[in-house]
Parts: sequence; structure tokens; C-alpha cells
Amino acid sequence: MTDNLLMDRRRVLQGAGYVALAFSIPATDAQAQAPAAEKPRLPGDLNIVRNISAWIRINSDKTVTLLIGKVELGQGILTAVAQICADELDIDLKQLKVVSGDTALVPNEGVTAGSFSMPNCGPAVRQASAEARKIMLDLAAEKLKAPADKLTVKDGVVSAQGAGSVSYWDLAVGKALEREAMGNVKPKAIADYRYVGKDVPRLDIPAKMTGEEIFVHELRPKGMLYGQITRPPTYKAKLASLDSSAVEKMPGVLKVVRNGSFLGVIAEREEQANAAAQALFNAAKWDVEKGLPGNDGMEDWLTKTKPARMIDTKKQPRVGGDPAVKTLEATYYRPYHMHASIGTSAAIATMGADGVMTIQTHSQSVFETSAAIAKMLGLEPSKVRCQHVQGSGCYGHNMADDAAADAALLAAAMPGKPIRLQYTREGEHRWEPYGSAMVIKTRAGLDKDGNVLDWDLTLFSTPHGTRPGGEAGNLLSARYLEKPFAMPTPQNNGGPNFAADRNAIALYDFPGHNVLTNFITDMPLRVSSTRGLGAYANVFAIESFIDELAVAAGVDPVQYRLRFMKDERGRDVIARAADLFGWSKWQKKDGRGRGIGFAKYKNIAGYCAVALEVEVNKRNGRIRVLRAAAAADSGHIVSPDGVRNQIEGGLIQSLSWTLKEEVKFDDTSVTSQDWASYPILTFNEVPAIEVALIDRPGTPFLGTGEASQGPTGGALANAVFDATGVRFRRLPLTPDRVKAGLSA
Amino acid sequence: MTAFKLNQKDVRADAPATSPLLFVLANDLGVNGVKYGCGKSQCGACTVLVDGEPVRSCQTALSAVAGRSVVTLEGLREAGQPSKLQQAFIDEQAAQCGFCAAGMIMQAQALLDRNPQPTESDVRTALNGNLCRCGAHNRIVRAVLRAAKEA
Repeated sequence: MTDNLLMDRRRVLQGAGYVALAFSIPATDAQAQAPAAEKPRLPGDLNIVRNISAWIRINSDKTVTLLIGKVELGQGILTAVAQICADELDIDLKQLKVVSGDTALVPNEGVTAGSFSMPNCGPAVRQASAEARKIMLDLAAEKLKAPADKLTVKDGVVSAQGAGSVSYWDLAVGKALEREAMGNVKPKAIADYRYVGKDVPRLDIPAKMTGEEIFVHELRPKGMLYGQITRPPTYKAKLASLDSSAVEKMPGVLKVVRNGSFLGVIAEREEQANAAAQALFNAAKWDVEKGLPGNDGMEDWLTKTKPARMIDTKKQPRVGGDPAVKTLEATYYRPYHMHASIGTSAAIATMGADGVMTIQTHSQSVFETSAAIAKMLGLEPSKVRCQHVQGSGCYGHNMADDAAADAALLAAAMPGKPIRLQYTREGEHRWEPYGSAMVIKTRAGLDKDGNVLDWDLTLFSTPHGTRPGGEAGNLLSARYLEKPFAMPTPQNNGGPNFAADRNAIALYDFPGHNVLTNFITDMPLRVSSTRGLGAYANVFAIESFIDELAVAAGVDPVQYRLRFMKDERGRDVIARAADLFGWSKWQKKDGRGRGIGFAKYKNIAGYCAVALEVEVNKRNGRIRVLRAAAAADSGHIVSPDGVRNQIEGGLIQSLSWTLKEEVKFDDTSVTSQDWASYPILTFNEVPAIEVALIDRPGTPFLGTGEASQGPTGGALANAVFDATGVRFRRLPLTPDRVKAGLSA
Repeated sequence: MTAFKLNQKDVRADAPATSPLLFVLANDLGVNGVKYGCGKSQCGACTVLVDGEPVRSCQTALSAVAGRSVVTLEGLREAGQPSKLQQAFIDEQAAQCGFCAAGMIMQAQALLDRNPQPTESDVRTALNGNLCRCGAHNRIVRAVLRAAKEA
């Protein structure tokens, strides 16, 4: 009923076939034949996958297919890159189909994470589309016998003044695109864009609002059966003994799968699988270990555990000058957070007669997850095919990959049958890889006017990256198999500002500026990438501490920040957020406070500042966020509403983290097992939010999805201080904690 | 065999009477507009209307709807087109991932059915038991208010 060209589901399930029209223009350009070292650097991921036809196909049915490795996580990426492609190709958006994240079809663009999709996929699509258009113009020029620079294109129809017209589809260009991009075609002028920079409705939204099939949870291949997993009671528990005979006789149960301490079940119905998995748990005897520090012991544990590495993230001792006249110090704590997707992770796996394991998954990393699952199953890499189908929002590495692996383990035990697995809520809450708890210690040496001379930040963190990465040991269940795969020791990969130390280097200019990262690879709880990685906690600490310094100096927090902010775009977003909030006109009322926070995500992505107002009930410690104003600079904006949606959504999620969220665990296991024991923000707690965008046409696209969380955390803590005069440095800011702080 | 009305049509479900309505709708009857979120009536993703009242289908046994009328997200469509409320969600781009949307729309429909002109506060209160993780809350509220205004 809608022109949803996003994805033809049947096509995906069957493995799409494309019509490559038979006409060949050999790529005669010497550049395309040159060895890699001499090839030009191409924009974004086009530099990795250089063939134009890997990205763009001209179909015989008067459509164009755009193939991308990045996947839709609810961030709107498919629509944004479709806007770019349609503009550069001069086609109508309705003529464009997007296929994403199928390991057998699309360019390998790695993981969809880290706010890298617009910076890496966007420019690749722009360049590939521009070059495809040029190829077609050249073909049209030949056909119409008119000079290429006199041709115009609309909706894929190339016209020459007075010399007729020809469409892309008449040009039979399939093979012509089978050559490398050369980087020598200039994308369009900004003024010529029809879709880029405009609010184009998301291509995937109508289906989601009307109940058309779009999520992996809605695929129902013929003969599908239902699987469920039985996890051990604790991370390291071993299955001592199991009599599964009673479970095997339960209604609908077709098979109990046991492999070492991995337990699963396949049944005719979903509720039967779930009941049998619970019965298996009850029937099994486990050797259980103890020894977790518990959530209340975690801050202590982080500062007392020997780190695997101590990394000088930044070393800039102050040279010369007077000694500091005053030193201030503070310690901040962020607990473990959950991704807490609303839908639990799911996958469908089928072991085909051709020996290929095909998995429909909402993984962010279809290629690397395929490789990891192949290793786990002992299959050739080419024998596992992952196809991305949308799932519930993930906010980082949740259990999507585990669900793919678990479905595959079950499907391997029953070849020929599609096995669908969706975790229970408890199964997701207790076993997902959380965002790491962190401790951040800050110290500042000040001059007589309260200005920063020396800034030191020391952080303590467990890892933030245990994505599959092609290694079976990163898949949860692989560690429990009879021949277990050891979990690889996680790294704090990348340059400074990459993982635990993401945004640990403040963007402010201080004469002395040191950052030390204590990277701990022991993991009391399973952890992995959670939206922003270390950035949320680091920005919360930096923005809280600079507020403390402003207060100590008796200077307005906005003005104090601007003293040390030389980056003009940073200054602009801070000023814009303050202006939108009405900072200079704001009147203090009893029990109310205002706060501001700022960061440039990863110091290389989107800029964001958030100002907000709170009211604190001193009797019961409840914080009410009254309103928030955010300003964002994401470079050249492709989709204004997409950016607003990300900034606003990130802000709300961060309010939830900051006010309410902490994964609870005792000495044995995680006790946060549902929405009652891990509450998140609800409608009545969400404030009015205004977002101002600063567009920078012609500048690089800057990732936005993780820009607002850190600034929001800082702004909130600062507003609570402003309202109460008490500084809260330990998250979350629950009523109990605030009440205790106010009466201390 | 349990007979009931699903989106105005008579259906029979050949499933155990104790099966959760959610799984019967999703797995036996091919309904997309119900989602498993928690199985504990804590998140609202599985909300459907039973005789006009919003019900969490994850905690409703199939036998409880025998002879009654069940409406899901699909059943709100009007002549195959999005209803006013669904169109308002599309127009407001009231989602990120959209996994909670089905439950949100059903809960909101129940509100509009008994209170066609709700205030913003009415909408927030009605939806307070429906969880959204992406932070689309304010867009969702705007969509419901827009649908009320345009009705």
C-alpha cells in the first residue's frame, strides 16, 4: 500500500537476483588498472570497496538498487544515504531500492557503529553515484550524438536539447558500472540538491506504523520452528548433570540440544520452547561460582584492580609559568548500563541442503558475525551467510549477534528447518554485554582568578569492545560448548579517544593537560560497546568538573567554558544552546536549577551542547527535568529531522541513564532482570525539548547518534547542583541518593 | 480450537487454550502488529484492543478472548490505508527503531476512543506504561495530539 522500496522481503529471503544488462564498456582508464598503491584515495568506504557496481545496480524494471554495508538500526541511515544517491544520480527517490547488510550482496563496510555511517558510507555513496551518473551521461551522449555537457537528467531520463532523450534503463549500463571508481567526478553543487538537506520522510516508518512486515521478528519462513536457550545460573557455572528425559516429553518439544554447558531446545511453538527451556534450567545441576564485587562494591573494585594497561592518553605537562595557587579534585562514578532494547534479540537460522547456514539477524556487524559463527560451527567462512533484517534499536553491541549464533547452534542440530529464536526478557537483561562501569578522577591546578593551569584526568574502566570481530570466543554461547572457545582479551583499540578513553581528552585548551587511562581487562560483568562507549562517563565527569571550577571561580558556567574553548564551532554550539535555553534571562527560583554540558563527540564527530532546567523535591529527593535545549553541529546536514531525532533521542536516553539506571548484581549474578528491577524513563518524566541545528553546507558529514548523551549527563548533574548546592558525582541520581546527599 | 474476531474477521486458532494471545497472533495468525517485549505486562509492546480495551497480549491467555473482538495495528488501517492515527505517527516521524510503535498506537487508539480531545498530560499518562528506549516520546505525544486535532 505504500511505496516502500526499502527492501523487498521475499527477495531477501530468497537471495536477490539482479538484472545486469548486457552491454559492456571496458574500463580503459589506466588508473583503474593501476596497482593499489598508485590508486587515488576515494571518499569514505568507496576506498575499500572500489567497484561502482558493488554499490549501484541499474535494474531492468526502471529502478536503481543501492547496496550498502551499513544497516538500519532506527537511526534513519538508509533514508539519508538514499537521499544522497537519488540526488547524485538525478533519480526520484521512488525509483531507488536500498539493500543493506547481506554478506552475499553488499560491500563490506565493517560494523555499523560509532557514528561512522554518515562519515564513511555517505561520501562513498555520493561519489559512486556521481561517477555512475557520469558513465551514463557519456553513454547517452554517444547515443544521442550530443555533447555530454549539454545533457540534462531528470528521474533517470537524459535529455539533449532538441536531440531527444534516453533513460538510464534504455542505456543498458549494467556492465558499464563494473569498474572502479576513479575519484575524478565532482559531486553536485549543494544548490542543485533536491533531497539532501531536506526533511525526507523515513522510508521504513510507514511499514512500522501499519504492521507491514519489516522486523526480523516478523519473518515466518515455511516450516519454521522455535528455539530457546537455557543459560547457566552464573557466568562461569558449569553443567554438572542433567536428566532431560522429562523435558523431552513436554508438549511440542522436538529436541533438546546439549553441547558442553550449552543447553537449548527446539519446539513446535514459541511458548513451548520457552517453557521447556525453563524446565531444563530447573532440571540441570550446575557448579556455581561466587566472587562478583556486587554493584555497590564496583567503584572500589575499579580503583583497586590492577589494570592490564596504563595508557598515557594525553601527556601535555605545562611548561614554565607560576605554580597553581589552588588545587581542586573530584571523583565521579558511572555504573554499568544496559542497552535495554525494547524488543529482545532474535534471529532465524537455517542449515541448508547446500551446507550453507543462512541467518536473518539484526546484527550491526553481519560480516564479522558470519566469520565468528563459521568458526564456532567449524564451517568454511563462505558457508555462513548473514542477512540483516531490522530489529529493535540496539544502541551498541547488544545480544543481536548472540541470538544469531544461538539460532545457528540450534539449526545445526536440525538441518533443513528454519529455527527462530527470540530471547526472553530475563535472558536479554541478565546476559547482554553491558556498558562498562567507570571511575574518573579529575584534578585541576588553578591561578588566582580560578583559571585552569593544569588539568589531570585519570580514568578506570573495563573494556568497551567485545564485538564478534570474526572470533567465536566473542559469541557468548561459544564459551560454554564442550570444546569451548576462549574469549579473546579485549583491547582498548584505536588511537586516543577511541574506547574507554573516548572523549577523555577535554576539548578545552588548558596549559597543562594530562589524561591517564587505566584499562582493566578483568570483567566482573560481561561488557561491550554501549552507545558512546567511554564518552558518556568522561563527558559527564569533565562537564561536571569544569562546572565545579566555574562555581569556585565565581564565574558563570557558560562564560567559564568559553574562556577555554578556542574551537569556533564549539563556541557556537555552546552559545546557541545557552541562547535557546534563555540562559541570560533565566531567573532562579527556589528548588530549581539550570545546567549546561558540551562535547564534540570523539573530538572528531558532531558538536553538541545541552542546557536544561530541573526542579528538585528536597523532601523526597526526586528530580524533575522541566525542559531542555540542545544545539548541534553535525557538519553538512543531509537529513535535518534525522539529526533532530538523534539529538533528542540521545538526550532522553541519557536522562534515563543519569536519573535511573544501574545494573544491579550481587556476589553471584545479575539481579536486574526486567523493567521493574531496571527501570527506564517513562512519558511522564520526559521534558519538553528544543533542538537547534547549525548547518555547515559543504563541510564533511559528522556522526550524530552519540553526540548528546555526554553533554546531557553533565548538564543534569550541574542543574541539580544549581538547584540544591550539593554536588552529586555518583550515578544514577536516584531519589534515595539525592535525599541522602541533601541531608548529609 | 478457539474462535474469536480478529480485525473484524472471524478466525479460529488451533493452539492450546493457555497459549499467550501474543504468540497465537504473531505465530499462528501472522499478525505483525504485536511485539514480544517482556512477557510481563511491563513494556506495552504487545498491546492489542480486546472489545475496545487495551490489553497486554503477552499476559492474556488465548481462552480469554474466545468469542470476543481483538484488534491489532493492522486492524486500524482504513481501506488498506493508514488510519488518521497511523498517518499522524508517520507525519510526525514518531519513531527511531519503531519497535514500540505498534503498542503505542494501540494504547493511544484506546485513549482517543474514550477521550477524543485529550490534553498533552492525558496522552502522557495514558502512554506511561508503554516503554520507548530510543527517546521518541515527544514525537509520539505530538502524533497523538495531531490525530486528535485532525479527527
